Formats: sequence, structure tokens, C-alpha cells
Amino acid sequence: MTAQGAGVVLDVTGLTKQFGGLTAVDAVDFRVQERQICSLIGPNGAGKTTFFNMVAGQYEPTSGDVIFDGRSLRGLRPHQITARGIGRTFQNIRLFTNETLLENVLVGMHSRLRSSPVAALLRLPSQRREEAEAHARAMDLLKLVRLDRFADESAGNLPYGMQRRLEMARALASQPKLLLLDEPTAGMNPQETLAMTTLIRKVRDDFGVAVLLIEHDMQVVMDLSERVTVLNYGQKIAEGTPREVQRNDQVIEAYLGRRHKRPEDEVAGAHA
Amino acid sequence: MSQTLAPALPTASRQPNFGTLARNLFIAVVLTYPFLDLAFGWQALLAFIPMMLMITLAMGLNIVVGYAGLLDLGYAAFYAIGAYAAAFFTSPVSPLNAILPDSPFFWMQDFWVAMLLAVLVAGLAGALLGAPTLRLRGDYLALVTLGFGEIVPRLVKNLEPWTKGVKGMNPIGRPYLFDCTFGVDPCTIFGTQYKLGMIPYYYVTLAIGALSIFLIIRLRNSRLGRAWAAIRDDEIAAQGMGVNPVTTKLWAFALGASFSGATGAIFGAYLQTISPDQFEYSTSVIVLCMVILGGTGNVWGVMFGGLLIQSFDRIFAERLTGWVHKFGAATGVPAVATLLSNFDLLRSRLFIFGLCLVLLMALRPQGLLPARKRRESALIDETEEEANARHDAAVAQAGGPQ
Repeated sequence: MTAQGAGVVLDVTGLTKQFGGLTAVDAVDFRVQERQICSLIGPNGAGKTTFFNMVAGQYEPTSGDVIFDGRSLRGLRPHQITARGIGRTFQNIRLFTNETLLENVLVGMHSRLRSSPVAALLRLPSQRREEAEAHARAMDLLKLVRLDRFADESAGNLPYGMQRRLEMARALASQPKLLLLDEPTAGMNPQETLAMTTLIRKVRDDFGVAVLLIEHDMQVVMDLSERVTVLNYGQKIAEGTPREVQRNDQVIEAYLGRRHKRPEDEVAGAHA
Repeated sequence: MSQTLAPALPTASRQPNFGTLARNLFIAVVLTYPFLDLAFGWQALLAFIPMMLMITLAMGLNIVVGYAGLLDLGYAAFYAIGAYAAAFFTSPVSPLNAILPDSPFFWMQDFWVAMLLAVLVAGLAGALLGAPTLRLRGDYLALVTLGFGEIVPRLVKNLEPWTKGVKGMNPIGRPYLFDCTFGVDPCTIFGTQYKLGMIPYYYVTLAIGALSIFLIIRLRNSRLGRAWAAIRDDEIAAQGMGVNPVTTKLWAFALGASFSGATGAIFGAYLQTISPDQFEYSTSVIVLCMVILGGTGNVWGVMFGGLLIQSFDRIFAERLTGWVHKFGAATGVPAVATLLSNFDLLRSRLFIFGLCLVLLMALRPQGLLPARKRRESALIDETEEEANARHDAAVAQAGGPQ
């Protein structure tokens, strides 16, 4: 928006996180353009989720900076970052299991609603109007993820695949500019995975959000991403289009180990 | 439209006729109880007033424990603060009585004004005492609130110049309506004088209880109420959704405590004397038990749990004991009469109470009327495949719901 140049929604520079002696994320530079779908991949323990948690404000970075929408996010608490326009889902689904689907989505709107507790006690016209609009919008989002007919069901009763979709609707409810998805297709069968991939693309197209996802399913990554960044031991080892990354020697080495005997090995088997 | 594919969910098969009938009957009985009591000679009116106060208290605690999920073992502290705040403004023995009447703030001695001040003071105390606990969770939070519950009666005992220490404050300003001061004057209604005794207290207590339910339900269904549920279920996810845990918890403490402010003010005026031993740990525990027994997080459950515990404690334990003694005497057998005359539910009421809690927690840990009944999820499992197919079809169509 400003000095960062047009179209850059997230600009991360030199982001580092140390846990005691362990450097989980090591001086990572990273950019996401507006309306872009980016993937963050890497072997287990590469620092992907730590990176996410720093962007979302769950962890305080040891050093480095996160510029979102032209302004630094340093020192902000997670709820303030959500208000700035970053929505997220969690690696292990974290729904409000005792609440209904509708209430889950309404909580997602928290930072976009203004009514004070006093307005709620008096049920002022402004509060009633806001609630009615919020309910309507929440139902629209539930329709988007095909869960509208379970609106009054407890979220904890939903089967796994549906819970992932509900998390997506809840994240969208905060009207984000950037959506962080932590392994959105983990544990899904191929059919569910396909549906989720389609949904992610549709969300980007319809809502104009940028999407940053962590993903282990290479099929999903290659299908969906316009840009892929690879982390290994906390360091960025490669970046580029899915094709470029697929051919990158360092990436192959990180996933499969060093090639000793047969240099003509094909990359195609990398995700098997 | 894709909706047409969705089979209608079977609606809960309630019987609205029976439900509304029972509810209307309950409301009618509650509204006319003082007269029923007089007509039938039940003599339980004086038990009902503190009973309703305790239930209102439980509903305030339910905000903290049930809605926001913050285990508070020292809630009686706010009850004490409310009662003492009202007494502080209205009692002739209060040091304020030397200054207030001739100051521009004389109106603070009015009972209703003092009650509102007590609500504010209790709410403020809730926020102040809540602040240091914000980073704590679960066991640690419970221990700190336990500490507050001990500190407040201790302070009251030792701040003698202001609170009259262990002697307590007595008398306390009484509520009034028009020209009629509660519990003393005969009231003139349409030209006729009536001796109403404690009946006005009954209705004021009832009104405050009903208003509390009304306000609490509004809060529960608001942005704040949803935020409470969110931090109770998963604080990290709630933060990720934009919920500020600090202000959300502070609101829970403050609003929860404010309900005990009004309750404390009425309680003091009703008894006409308050002393620190009325606000000990056991009060906090009983109120907490009312919340848990009825069903944490559900206003009606809390009311039901409160009614059960309090009516046993204040009415049935005594009555049953009397009946058993009478029964023993009526048998005419001296051995039976002596045996049964030793039977005393009042002495064993804490034992019975404890036993009931153990049984309840073992058999129905969610309480008698839990917040939300979890429907069996088989229904949804069955439709998952279908839902996916629907999803895929709609996606292929590339239309979408918007």
C-alpha cells in the first residue's frame, strides 16, 4: 500500500525465533502479494508453524519484522492482528466445540462488531441492527462452506472434514486480507481434499484475500500455489513457482536426503 | 438451489402445551406466593426471600464460572462488598452518617441510590480483584480467588472504624416504595392501611431476580457473551478470532460481581444486620454448588439447582424432621418415638448435601439442566458423504451461494 510497493500484503524481513539454544526460524524473508496463494512447505520441524505463530502474534519474534498492509505487526497481541486483517485456522482444529456453528462464525466476526455490553443490556436499536446483520452474514458464510443446515448444531458434533470447513468460515468472518491456513487438508480423504482445494481457490477469487498455507500434501501445494517457499531447519532454502521448487536440488535433499549413487533419480517420487 | 437436497432436520419433539402450562403455573405461583403462604399457613415466606437472593447470587456467579469458565471460589467477597457498601451509605452507625446528611451528597443515603452505588462498587471490586488473575488459569485462578474470599471478611473484621468489625453493622437503611418503608410501617393502598410485614421484600427480591435473568440472557446472546464462551472453550482460538482475553475476562468479573452488589444490599436491609461471618468461605461454596448442580452455563439450570439446594436447606430439612418426629410420636410405641425423635435432618444437612454432590458428579457431571444438550452425532456422520457430493456439485457448477 505504501512504501512496500503496490500489491504486497505481507512483507516479512529477517524473522527469527529462538527457543533457548534452538533457532526454530532463522532470518526468513518472505512476501505475499495481494490475492496470491502461497505455500510454506518443509519437513517436520522445519519451523513452519512457528513462522505462522509469529505472523499471527502467538509468539513474539526474537528479531526481524512483519509488515502487514504497510504497517508493522511487532508488539501486537493476536486479537489486534486479527483486527488488522489476518485470519487463521489451526493445525489441530480449534473450534468452540460447545457452541453452535452459527455462534462459532459470529465469534469470528468479533473484531468487526462494535456494540458495547451496555448497548447489549439495553438492546439499543444500533445493537439489534448489528446483530441481525451479523447473523445474516454468518449464515452466508455457512452456506459458502455448505454447513448452513447445521447452523444450530454444536460444533463438537461435526465430523472432521466439516470441522475444517467450519474453521475456514470462522476465519473468513473476520474479513481478513490475508488468510493463514495451517494444514487445511490434513487427515482428509482425496475427495475431501479436492473439495477443500476448490474452496480455497473460490475463497481467494470471491473475497479477494491472499492465502498463505502450510501443507504437507504436495498434490495440493502444486495444484493451488502460485508461489512456494521451502523451509528446512528454520532456514528458507528455496522459493519460486511450484515447478521451480520441484526441481530445486536443496529441496529434494531436504525431503529425501542426499543423492549418493544415482544422480539421475527422478523428482516425481518426492511426495510418495 | 442446493438447499433442496438437504433433508429437513427432525425438530425437537417437545410438547409445547405441557411446557408452557408448567411455566405459566410456576410464574403464577411465584407471583402470588405471599398470599398463598398466608392463605394456607405455610409460613415459609421468610425462607423464600433469602432463597431468591441466593439464587440471584448464583446467577451472577454463573457469568464468571459458567459463561467465561473462570473458577471463582471467593464469590462471597463481592456479596460482602455489596452488602457493606449499601450499609456504609445508609446505616446510622456508618462513619458516613456523620458527614452525609448535611452534605450535598445527602441523597446517597436513600436506599435505592445506595443499592445502585453498591452495584457499582461491587462491579468495580470485581474488575479490580479480577485484574491480577488474568494470567492465571484453572487451579491457580481458583486458589487466588479463594484468597480473595478470605481477605475480604478479614478486612471487614479489622477495619473496625468503618465496618464495626465483628459486631457488624446494625441497623441498615430500608427500601421503601412511596410512603411505605419495608418491614415497618403499615402501608396505605387506595386509602386502606395494610400490615404487609415482609411481603414487599419478597416482591423486590423477586423483581431483582427476574431483572437479573432478563439482563443475563441479553448478555449471553451478545458479542460479549459469545466472547465469554469462546475464551472458555479455547482461549488461543478466541484470540485468533479477535477476542481480547483481558477485557473479556474483566467484564465477566465486573458484571458477575455487580449482580451480587444488588443482592447484598437487599440482603443487608432484609436482615437489618450484617457481620463478616455471613460472608465466609461456606457461602461461596454453597453458591458455587448451586451453579454446578443445576447446570453450569444455563440460567434456568442455575435457578433450578438453587431452588433445590435452598429449599432443602431452608424449608424441607426442618419440615421433614418435624414430620418424622410427629410420626414417631403418633405410632404410640415409646421405642420408635425415641428413636425417631433423634432423627434430625438439620444436623445432617451438610452430610446429605455432600452425599448428593458426590452422587451428582458421579452420575451426571454436566448438572441437572446442562447448557446445551449434545445431540447424538450419528445424524451428521450419515450425511457427510452426501454433503461432500453436494459441495462438489456446487463447486463444479461454479455458481455459489452469493
